[in-house]
Order: sequence, then C-alpha cells, then structure tokens
Amino acid sequence: MFQITKKRVLANQIYLMDVKAGRVARSGQPGQFVIVKMDERGERIPLTICDYDREQETVTIVFQAVGASTRRMAELEEGEYFQDFVGPLGQPSELTKESSEALQKKKLLFIAGGVGTAPVYPQVKWLREQGCRADCIIGARNEALIILEEEMKQQAAHVYVATDDGSRGFHGNVTECLKDLMAKGNEYDQIVAIGPLIMMKFVCLLTKELGIPTIVSMNPIMIDGTGMCGACRLTVGGETRFACVDGPEFDGHLVDFDEAMKRQTMYRTEEGRALLQLQDQQSGKEHHESCGCHQ
Amino acid sequence: MNGMTRIPVREQEPRVRATNFEEVCLGYNQEEAMAEADRCLNCKNPKCVEGCPVNIDIPAFITEIKQGDIKAAYDKISEYSALPAICGRVCPQESQCEARCVRGIKGDAVSIGKLERFAADWAREQDVRPEKTAKSNGKRVAVIGSGPAGLTCAGELAKAGCEVTIFEALHEAGGVLSYGIPEFRLPKKTVVRSEIENVMALGVKIETNCVVGRSVTVEELLEKEGFDAVFIGSGAGLPRFMGIPGENANGVFSANEYLTRSNLMKAFDEAYDTPIHAGTKVAVVGGGNVAMDAARTALRLGAEVHIVYRRSEAELPARAEEVHHAKEEGILFDLLTNPTKILVDENGWVKGMECIRMELGEPDASGRRSPVEIPGSEFVMELDTVIMSLGTSPNPLISSTTEGLETNRRRCLVAKEETGATTKPGVFAGGDAVTGAATVILAMGAGKTAAKGILEYLGV
Repeated sequence: MFQITKKRVLANQIYLMDVKAGRVARSGQPGQFVIVKMDERGERIPLTICDYDREQETVTIVFQAVGASTRRMAELEEGEYFQDFVGPLGQPSELTKESSEALQKKKLLFIAGGVGTAPVYPQVKWLREQGCRADCIIGARNEALIILEEEMKQQAAHVYVATDDGSRGFHGNVTECLKDLMAKGNEYDQIVAIGPLIMMKFVCLLTKELGIPTIVSMNPIMIDGTGMCGACRLTVGGETRFACVDGPEFDGHLVDFDEAMKRQTMYRTEEGRALLQLQDQQSGKEHHESCGCHQ
Repeated sequence: MNGMTRIPVREQEPRVRATNFEEVCLGYNQEEAMAEADRCLNCKNPKCVEGCPVNIDIPAFITEIKQGDIKAAYDKISEYSALPAICGRVCPQESQCEARCVRGIKGDAVSIGKLERFAADWAREQDVRPEKTAKSNGKRVAVIGSGPAGLTCAGELAKAGCEVTIFEALHEAGGVLSYGIPEFRLPKKTVVRSEIENVMALGVKIETNCVVGRSVTVEELLEKEGFDAVFIGSGAGLPRFMGIPGENANGVFSANEYLTRSNLMKAFDEAYDTPIHAGTKVAVVGGGNVAMDAARTALRLGAEVHIVYRRSEAELPARAEEVHHAKEEGILFDLLTNPTKILVDENGWVKGMECIRMELGEPDASGRRSPVEIPGSEFVMELDTVIMSLGTSPNPLISSTTEGLETNRRRCLVAKEETGATTKPGVFAGGDAVTGAATVILAMGAGKTAAKGILEYLGV
C-alpha cells in the first residue's frame, strides 16, 4: 500500500498528490513514469513522474479526473492509500544523458500543454540543478486550467503563458506563441513538447519547418508498462515502437501522430464522446485519458 | 468396466460454458477418482515418472488415492511440486506422464493429471496447507518473477531454510498463471491464489509492484539489499507481431494484451474499471495454447471467432484437449491460411484481413512440413478484431541492466542446464526467460533445478 502524503487541487478536476513510494523515489529520473492502480477494481493508470523527493521517499503525480478510475482516485484524501504504485518505468529523458557543460551551452524551450505541464516540471527543475535555465511555454484553453505556473517560474528562465481564449497571457495556442517568440528574435537549439497529441503534432510540424530538433513524450493506452501487452505501440520513423519501454520520449519529427490519435480513441464510445463534449468528462467503462486534454 | 477406458471427467456443457467464465472441467469426485486410480497398474518400473519434468512419484500418490487416503496422496505430490492444482489443470500430460503410461498401449492412459488435480483440490477444500519446517540457514535469495519458475524455485529454497523474497513487476503474483491463462481453465481466486499462499506458507515473501531493472537492479539486490544469490524467472513476456500492413490499426491486439485485460484486469466483469474490445467477428492468428485461450475468451465475450493458422490441424502446437474444447464451443478453424494485410477503415479501425491459402511443403528444421503460399489464392475475411498470438520472447529489461549477464540470439538468458547458473556469479535463471516460451511444468522443473544449483553455490 502506498500512502498519499499530500493532495492539492491544481485546477478544476486536476489533482496533485505526493505518494510515499521508496523504490520509485530512489531511482526515478526526469522523463520516466509510474503506473497507479487505486484498488482491486481500478485500472492501471500510467502517469509521468512530476517530482520526486529522495529523502522523504515521495513521488509527485498530477492527473486529471476524466475516466472511471481517475475520478475515483480524485476522491482519495491525504493519509489514504493507493493499492499499487509501480515504477519508475520507461527511459529517462535524453537530456539526462548529456553533460552539464553541454546542457549549459544549449538554448532549450519546453512547451507544456494542460496537464502536460506536470511532466515538464521535473525536467526544467533538473536542468536548473545542472546550471541550465530553460524557457517554458505553458498553454491551456483558459486561465483556470493553467497549472504549476509559480513552481515553473522558480526553475525556468522565462515562463510564457498562452490561453486559447486569451483569458491570460498570450492569446492563442502554444504553436502561435512559439511563432511569436521566434518573431521576437528568440532562438532555440532544442524543444521539448509535452501535452495533448494534437498540440505535439502541430508543434512538431512547425519546428520541423524551422529545423529545431523536438522531443515529445507519448502517453498512449497501456496496461503493464513493461513491454508485455503491446497496447502502447506507435510508429516512429516507419518502425513500430513500444512507448513503455522504448519511450515515452521520442523524436517528435518521426512520430506518426495521426495514428497515435486514432489509437487514443480505441476505448471511447460514441456516447462517451458526446458526453465528453457536454460535460468535459467521460462516462462508463472507457480508458482514462492520461494526458487529460480536451480537443 | 474392463479397465481399458478412463473414467470420464465431468465438464460444463459446451453451449452453456461458451457464455460464462466458470471452469470448463469440473474434475473428479472421490468415487470417480478412486475408480480411475484403480486402473493404475503400479508398475515396478514406472515410465510415467520419467515423463514428468519434476519426477513426481506418480504410482505412489495414485496408490494412496486407490486406498482413499487423499491427504497422503497430496503429501506425496507436495514432496515434488508446490503447484499441483495448477499442474493438474494445465500440464500437457498427454505428451508427458500419460504418454508413457503402460495402460495407454492398448487403451486409455490413466488420467494422471485429473487425479493430481483431485488430490490438490481436496487438500484446498479441507484447508490442508504445507507447513514451514526448515530451520533458517541464514542465506537470503531474491527471486525475480512470481510465475511457475519463480514460485517453484522460491518454495524449494524456503524448504531448505533460505530466506526468500520474490519480486513481481505486476500488482498480482502468479505471472502467466494470473495474466495469461484464463479463468475458465485456471480459476484465479481459488486455485492460483491458494497455491501461491501455500508457497508463502513456507516462509516466502512476495513484493509486488517491483520491476527489477527499473525499480531496483540485480546488482543492487546483491550489493545493497544483502541477497546472497538471485534467481531470474522473469518469463517470456514480449509479444511478437507479424509486421504486415495495418497491424497498428484499432482493433488489432496482441494475445497478451487481450488476455491480460480479461484475466488480470478482469475486464469481463462489469464491476472492474478496465475496458476490453470484445469484437463481434474476431480472427486469432496462431495455433498455440495462447491462441486457443484468446479465442475462447473472445467467444465468451460474445464474438464469432476464427483461428487462422498457416499449417494444418496436425501441426497445431496447442494441446489436443484445448483444440477439442475450442471446437466444441464453436470456434471456427481456418487452417492453411496466412494473413498478408490488415484492412483498415477511414477511422483507423480494422474492417478485414487479407489472407493467402497455404499448402504443406517439405519438412523444415523443426521436422514439421513447412507451409508454402499458393499463388493467386488471396481472399478477404471481413472482421472487426484481430488478435495476434504468434509467440513471445524474453523481456530484455533485466539482461540490459545487468552487467555480465549473457543472452543468446533469441534474447534468452544463457544458463547451465544442470544448475541454472548464468554467466554472472551468484545469478541463476530458469523457465521461459532461458528457453523462450514453453510450458508451466518445464518452467517449474527449471526452477527446481536452479534451486539445487543455488543451494550448492551457497554451500548449504
């Protein structure tokens, strides 16, 4: 059993929890993920690690209550337990394999969309520990859905907020915000984009044109997270890869996003989709949508 | 009764069981078991024992059943096997112990598997459990994987007095017994859970949710966590795909995924959150036991199911009993047929599968006649679901994170057959991780051999 030591509501239906999990906290690295199963009948939910405290032996997760299991997870309070919590899974971020000197010479930009801000945070924080301060765009549909802005500001060189409805910061999506930054003379050697598939797709289309290498973090449907089920397969550079063991990060210019988007809808029923549009939440027995985006 | 035919075992009616997940085979009652046991000739030189990968003294336990002392029969089996209720259900007895039975020359072999199952089920129902007897020898062993190899190795080591912890990646112990083999062949809560508890009763600890190679490494287990030896029984969990066009379409699954959703995550039960795409017309590609399991699961979820296999019926690698049960339940067999392409609709979903007819050519290296395509015989099957059951290979997670651990070309760990010793001192391995996908009982045999190797290495 894994105790929840802290719970915070970050935005409507978006929750942050610190969970006591010694093994994950001791060996987790930026870019990796965990799988959470709240109780006997719960789904196995993959969530990217948002932060870890090696001394307190806690791991921070952020999730949006959208599916049957995540909605029930959101009802848990501090002091209560997850039945299962396993990780770290997947490969650490490519950036962690570079030397501090190399990183310090790089001009890095992170593009975070919605709940995708959570997995961006540990990378930006880790980079700062290496003496490298990155820029970060945080995008969301509206002001109420912007999360972790203050935390990010403490780690990043610059934080740019973009909202679709203009309720906060730049009026427009993150791709338009990136164009705007480039037009204002900013230059980047590398971009890391994490968020809804549609966002990552359009960021990659632009950065390919601009010739800026771009890493994306994929969070497809999966069960075991260790390479066993093959549900998380995607096409990268024409080859089938498993996000759980080969990823979750890939070269965004090689990922077949259209296929990934179709696969993401595998367990969404027609009724579920209608309800999603109506209420911003799904009903019935469908897969969690871990990225938590609403397109 | 002339003793030539075996006592039939009661089963659920095919038409009834095709719609439920209850166990197909109901097993013998004591009267039936004693009558079947009476058919055993108690040979002086019992061939059946040679056919058993863990060398159970078969005539001895059958003799006890004959005399009505079921507890003694169970105790006898337990000297050799920690998982008799499981083996009695899933061992390929027809090609092992029962294949060597003298009775089988002129009539039916003695139903050894069903008798083993009867004794084990009786013990569970009477709450007879093995007891922890061994005095601690002070040695600590880490066992990776809680499938048949790991459970057997752990049980043997605990019996010898070692302190054993099993590390399991999933949230539930049992490996393939939990995620792979369906409820209707191997009930989880009663049979699997109970036999795992029997291993734990010997003093074995199980830590679930620990992925060795990620949560902790083999080196850390040996150097930081104080284990004197490690046994790797991590199985062969990586699914294979065909590499044909359309394989990433929605509605194409590995058998591993389909079965894990149903067995481990209990998607067939409305009370559980995990969904499954049951399908209305399903093709299962492959002819092994796993293919039969996936097909029969899809059938129970309400689909019309076809087994698509490139060779003929004689070459089906699945157990005869499984094929027989599948046919009885209404699974359709499209033999000498091989998929060439999966057809996808505009939303990314499977709408059909293009196949080609095959004929059998010359025998290949495995001795089986190899299938050859018949030119121009392509045709389309209309389908909404395809389940790929083409075998599995070992997961490289441990080998790639452990220095000094050699693998062969098939990614299998290199281990000595007599001891299970790998190329890294103090590290042993057995089961599918070494052989590639095989059977429960072979993995148990390897676990047992490795336990001996480990005890020798530890000098106890």
